[in-house]
Amino acid sequence: MSAFLFWLFALVMLGFGAAVVINRNPIASALSLVLCFMGLSALFMSLDAFFIGIIQVLVYAGAVMVLFLFIIMLLDLRVEKRRKFNVVAVAGGSVVALFFFLQVYFVVGQLSAAKQPFPPLGSPKIDDVRNIGLLLFTNYNLPFQIIGVLVLVATIGVIVLSKRELR
Amino acid sequence: MITLGHYLIVSGLLFTIGFAGVLLRRNIIIIFMSLELMLNAANLSLVAFSRFRVDSGGMPNYNAQVFVFFIITVAAAEVAVGLAIIVALYRARQTTHVEDVSSLKF
Repeated sequence: MSAFLFWLFALVMLGFGAAVVINRNPIASALSLVLCFMGLSALFMSLDAFFIGIIQVLVYAGAVMVLFLFIIMLLDLRVEKRRKFNVVAVAGGSVVALFFFLQVYFVVGQLSAAKQPFPPLGSPKIDDVRNIGLLLFTNYNLPFQIIGVLVLVATIGVIVLSKRELR
Repeated sequence: MITLGHYLIVSGLLFTIGFAGVLLRRNIIIIFMSLELMLNAANLSLVAFSRFRVDSGGMPNYNAQVFVFFIITVAAAEVAVGLAIIVALYRARQTTHVEDVSSLKF
């Protein structure tokens, strides 16, 4: 876990995350979001969570972002026209977000565990796919089934929403 | 030396970016992307805590990683339904701008 790689990928993630919010062109935002998720996946791997890192790339950078780009191109969204800025709303939103971050910063500053380095793992080779799979099918079996039903409901809901004329 | 605190602060910054996006942007698709950023910030802090809690066998605590797995699944379902709603909205109103959709506004 090299400090240089941590800062590099954190900077990639935060920089492209900010680009998502700042860009006026929705396609540029979506592509920045892909790069942001790539940086996030690298951070997951620096925490020895290889399975989650791969899933992040496959599900988010792959499936979800293709869906986003598909919808943006289907609706043919162009660069937003500059509308009148509501100064009070923009200032209020920025202040609320800033206060939220300061709160997180001070809470993490108070946390004594946050100053300790990560403890070493037992062996450099960890079998995380196997361990997550075991947990998923033993302790978390019921939530896993419920997630399956949830995905089914989402699929049916999408079909209903896109087929029928909404009145 | 990279500590748990570094990951938590980076995760908090990513959440703040997503939060600011939801509050400041008026394009509903960008708002949706900012929601994804916030979900992923939560995932990052969960994985950091998972790596921090190493048990006696020298393994990270996998409970948090199972939660992350569930969050990713629910987020994928949410994106599918949300984008279908956006398409239905666009069909009805020809807009993705939240200020043009104010029928429910008091």
